[in-house]
Amino acid sequence: MRIAVDVNGVERSADIEPRLLLIHFIRDELGLTGSHWGCDTSNCGACVLWLDDTPVKSCTILAAMADGHRVRTVEGLERDGVLDPVQQGFAHCHGLQCGFCTPGMLMTARWLLDHCPDPTPTQVREAISGQVCRCTGYENIVRSVLWAARQERENRA
Amino acid sequence: MQVPAYVEYERATSVEHALALLARFGPRAQVLAGGHSLIPMMKLRLVQPETLVDVGHLTELRYLTVTGSVLRIGALTRHAELLAAPEAGRHFPILHDAERVIADPIVRQWGTVGGSLCQADPSEDLSAAFAALNATMVITGPDGTRAVPARQFHTGPYETVVAQGELLTEIQVPITPGAGSAYEKVGRRVGDWPVGAAGAAIRLDGDVIAAAGIGLAAVGAEHFAAPEAERSLIGAQAGEQALARAGQIAAEHARPVTDQRGPADYKRHLASELTVRALRRAVARARAAGRSAREG
Amino acid sequence: MTGPADHNGRDGYGAVARKEDARFIRGLGTFIDDVTMPGMLHGAILRSPLPHAVITAIDTSAAEAHPGVAAVITGAMLAERGLAWMPTLSGDVQPVLATDKVRFQGQEVAFVVARDRYAARDALELITVDYEPLPVVVEAGQALAGSAPVIRDDRPGQADNKIFDWSAGDAEATERVFAAADVVVTGDMLYPRCHPAPLETCGAVADLDRVSGRLTIWATTQAPHPHRTFYSLITGLPEHKIRVISPDIGGGFGNKVPIYPGYVCAIVGSMLTGRPVKWVEDRSENLMATSFARDYHMHGEIAATRDGTILGLRARVLADHGAFNGAAQPTKFPAGFFHIFTGSYDLRAAHCEVTGVYTNKAPGGVAYSCSFRVTEAVYLVERMVDLLAAELGADPAELRMRNLLRPEQFPYTCPTGWEYDSGDYPRALRMALDIAGYPELRREQAERRAHGEYMGIGISFFTEGVGAGPRKHMDILGLGMADGADLRVYPTGAAVLAISCQTQGQGHETTFAQIVAAELGLSPDDVEVVHGDTDRTPFGLGTYGSRSTAVSGAAAAIAARRVRERAKIVAAAMLEAAPEDLEWSDGAWRVRGDPEQCRDIRQIAMAAHSGLELPAGVEGHLDAGSVYNPPNLTFPFGAYICVTDVDPGTGVVTVRRFIAVDDCGVRINPMIVAGQIHRGLADGIGMALMQAISFDSDGNCLAGSFMDYLLPTAVECPSWELGSTVTPSPHHPIGAKGIGESATVGSPAAVVNSVIDALAPFGVRHADMPLTPAAVWRAIQGRPLRPDLATS
Repeated sequence: MRIAVDVNGVERSADIEPRLLLIHFIRDELGLTGSHWGCDTSNCGACVLWLDDTPVKSCTILAAMADGHRVRTVEGLERDGVLDPVQQGFAHCHGLQCGFCTPGMLMTARWLLDHCPDPTPTQVREAISGQVCRCTGYENIVRSVLWAARQERENRA
Repeated sequence: MQVPAYVEYERATSVEHALALLARFGPRAQVLAGGHSLIPMMKLRLVQPETLVDVGHLTELRYLTVTGSVLRIGALTRHAELLAAPEAGRHFPILHDAERVIADPIVRQWGTVGGSLCQADPSEDLSAAFAALNATMVITGPDGTRAVPARQFHTGPYETVVAQGELLTEIQVPITPGAGSAYEKVGRRVGDWPVGAAGAAIRLDGDVIAAAGIGLAAVGAEHFAAPEAERSLIGAQAGEQALARAGQIAAEHARPVTDQRGPADYKRHLASELTVRALRRAVARARAAGRSAREG
Repeated sequence: MTGPADHNGRDGYGAVARKEDARFIRGLGTFIDDVTMPGMLHGAILRSPLPHAVITAIDTSAAEAHPGVAAVITGAMLAERGLAWMPTLSGDVQPVLATDKVRFQGQEVAFVVARDRYAARDALELITVDYEPLPVVVEAGQALAGSAPVIRDDRPGQADNKIFDWSAGDAEATERVFAAADVVVTGDMLYPRCHPAPLETCGAVADLDRVSGRLTIWATTQAPHPHRTFYSLITGLPEHKIRVISPDIGGGFGNKVPIYPGYVCAIVGSMLTGRPVKWVEDRSENLMATSFARDYHMHGEIAATRDGTILGLRARVLADHGAFNGAAQPTKFPAGFFHIFTGSYDLRAAHCEVTGVYTNKAPGGVAYSCSFRVTEAVYLVERMVDLLAAELGADPAELRMRNLLRPEQFPYTCPTGWEYDSGDYPRALRMALDIAGYPELRREQAERRAHGEYMGIGISFFTEGVGAGPRKHMDILGLGMADGADLRVYPTGAAVLAISCQTQGQGHETTFAQIVAAELGLSPDDVEVVHGDTDRTPFGLGTYGSRSTAVSGAAAAIAARRVRERAKIVAAAMLEAAPEDLEWSDGAWRVRGDPEQCRDIRQIAMAAHSGLELPAGVEGHLDAGSVYNPPNLTFPFGAYICVTDVDPGTGVVTVRRFIAVDDCGVRINPMIVAGQIHRGLADGIGMALMQAISFDSDGNCLAGSFMDYLLPTAVECPSWELGSTVTPSPHHPIGAKGIGESATVGSPAAVVNSVIDALAPFGVRHADMPLTPAAVWRAIQGRPLRPDLATS
């Protein structure tokens, strides 16, 4: 079947098998390999990207279901050569080590700050509780998101 | 990575269209909503439909409204939407208690209420919550709609009364003024399926229990409910003694099985312990609701 | 001189931001599944559904007829090429694809190569295998029973399921100490089978160039160089024709040390099809078939005086290695470094015995963020000390303080022969107790208990031995555990360091640049670190067992110092001075007594490549290399305190606080050190509370996905409270010891000790990990749960 998906602001269309998972469409068909997969069972969150305006686990969604919708991936965070504050925060606060969970964490962090600009550490922990990081023990991810929140508040002020 | 077997895909544009598609493709078709239960099963090739009928875009089934004294939840309401809906939380704190501990925040963005109910996993939280609330499931088929009590919805593990060619379209929950409800769950970790869970809905007459609903998940309770325990509460003083007895009765009627989440004796204990805890909070909330009704 | 003296503070070489992050935060890393090549095919493995069975027939004809399939490979086909079996890291053998029998659930049976991963998966469905089931051995305790089937009947002379008997220490001396002791406490405990479960699974892309005969294999490997050697030995391809590339690795934790059958299958697939073949396992394959860790069934005995002086320690261990002995550890140490089990205490005698057995479970075990069984050892001794404290009615902190090694005892040779290099243990424990506010916590605990609330305070103190070799004692399959470093300095002074170890997230590209930069007076930005490509890096054994800093870090520092010495000769020529009249200070060679007369490394590098007439000792340029053969292990240590709250009605454990004081010697990048500690502390929560690979009585693996192999999330982890002391290693060139695994090693015991402490009013003295709600509740009931078996 033929699908058309707006990916990071660009209309992308392809002929696909209906069973193709969204994560494979993004990675294998479009070559956007920033979104990863880690578990098959929607438990780890390495595959988190945005479908329309919400973060979803793209290993458990068919590409066909995204036909006519918008997808935003980690590759779409940087705008005009400027890193998103959450990207800056992760680098600044050592919020990543191996980097495998990072894209999914960044997409959730971006969504959280869009809906909750001044989160508590507990809110950050809950927001990423469907995503596993094996490297950071989460502490620096939480700090990274809070750093980005502070940065954005200062930028607005 | 695990991948599903070949399947055809049809996107429904309305409920009628969905029903027509289901009629056209027959028993080898499967309804796809959020997909968070179905697609993992397809990846393991435990389920291999020939055609998926995607109802996920039917915004007509994505709503929460209060009509008269009934909360109506469209079957395609996302878990996150139920959790965010103030009218659900105001009337039925049990639904927010449960939604807070169903899967994780990302899965809740995409998984649907109706999808979870139709998956009919014996550990599914909302099935227990709606059993406690004595909700009604509205099923739409080629011949119109029919209403089925929540406690008759499930016919066994992973089986419901929704027939081939039908769709679950709405969940209706009767609003009882002055009622209180709560949900208690133990998982091995946040986001886990319950090792055991209990929901309770209570209406008080003074300090006497006038109505009680108890729902149980993951502990082998028939139809996710504990009717014997409920009966023990009617007319009783809403005190620790009655609650403890109800918990004990709920546990006696549970038929838990040992698995990697825990041994049967522990799950039986949870049936009792969590029933008591859910009842305790439901009673407290009912008292608070009664007070605010009197003051208001 | 730049060295330990300049960097022994807590700030180390500076909390420099990581170079790696630029690509990862943009989603531009290159992990194994991101590697694609023109014409690449995809492989998938058919695995055994049964834990023990004879294969009576395999029919691949339907799969071969699938239009998307390029090749179907079976054990019989491999056997024709002599490739059906391969060596494990412990010198056992393991089938690449089963020929005769399957011996664990998930064992590799056939390999399909197809046009894409969907077609490959479809074709697996078309292969039929006939199995004749055999009785299974699930419990290690049953492996040596007379009635147990012999699992490894492929091994000549193997008449039972024993792999080895091994012991360390002085049995007689220990017996004397025990006989004379006032108090002897015993304990049986299981360190259950768990799995490192990096977020990225294992995989490979193999490309055999038919014309040149060159094999390039991208693989998720923590040890590219040994893998190259082993691939050569397995396949018969000449080693100089093999290039192993370890791209960005999505976490390793020991899981990516061994060679797995899938890698070999990808190579064979490329040989047969003439095209690149990718194989990436799914999560179930990762959890069910690649190397597990631990699975140590331990009996401990501790002897002490009535007033709390610990005298001796004994342990008997039954080690479950699964169906093939795939343990990754130095050859001479079949139980790894378990005999460091005397821990951090001043004992008179100790003795341990370890028996390894085969069972019908996945082969292993690897060192999961651990220097070869040190985690099991620390867990045993720290549980035993708590059991002793309970027996004596002593405070566990005071009992530890009383028995810890004292600073003046270092270097200290423990009763089983390890020579601990340096340490100030009481200082670390005092710091942890201070951060925790220990007396206040004990007061709060007493108050809560009076109200029926159960909080626990758990302490563990650990000593690790990391950084294997020395090569004369330590090798893996005959390859001595030394590592190389090559440093090139370009004319402008920019430098490229090539190392044999491999980052999986530890930040080598940053920290190794810092090491070189500090030695040469450069900025870390001036130093590019090359790793993970055998064509571009010197030989070495790789990254695991906290080896990177301890071995490769030393190699890098020595290479840099050699560059500096060459630079000295050139600088002398430039300054028209004698080399012996120069001194290195403040990033330049300076004329002694006239420090304004100086040349820095940039100036010297340009000169070294110029027309300057070079003096004897330097032929040209400054490049230098080194191979570091460590004289001893390094011995990081630390004191951990965990505070938990336990709900006795449900058994739910909440970790309220975790205090970790680590001493890893000199810290290169304190930000990265803290991150490494955070990671291991989360591991401790995971292992103690939820992570276990469990089985049912038929040998079915019950933890084949992240739905049941549970990993801690941000919600289970508290905000870690860290402290640090710095006791440099006396024998490491920069005084560093390594930090990669300390927290994984030390933290599980602290969590368990805390939960058991909370449950003390119920009379609970011990419960095995993972302390799931069910396990805790059962412990309270006095009916402890076997956490590795889902049976009532």
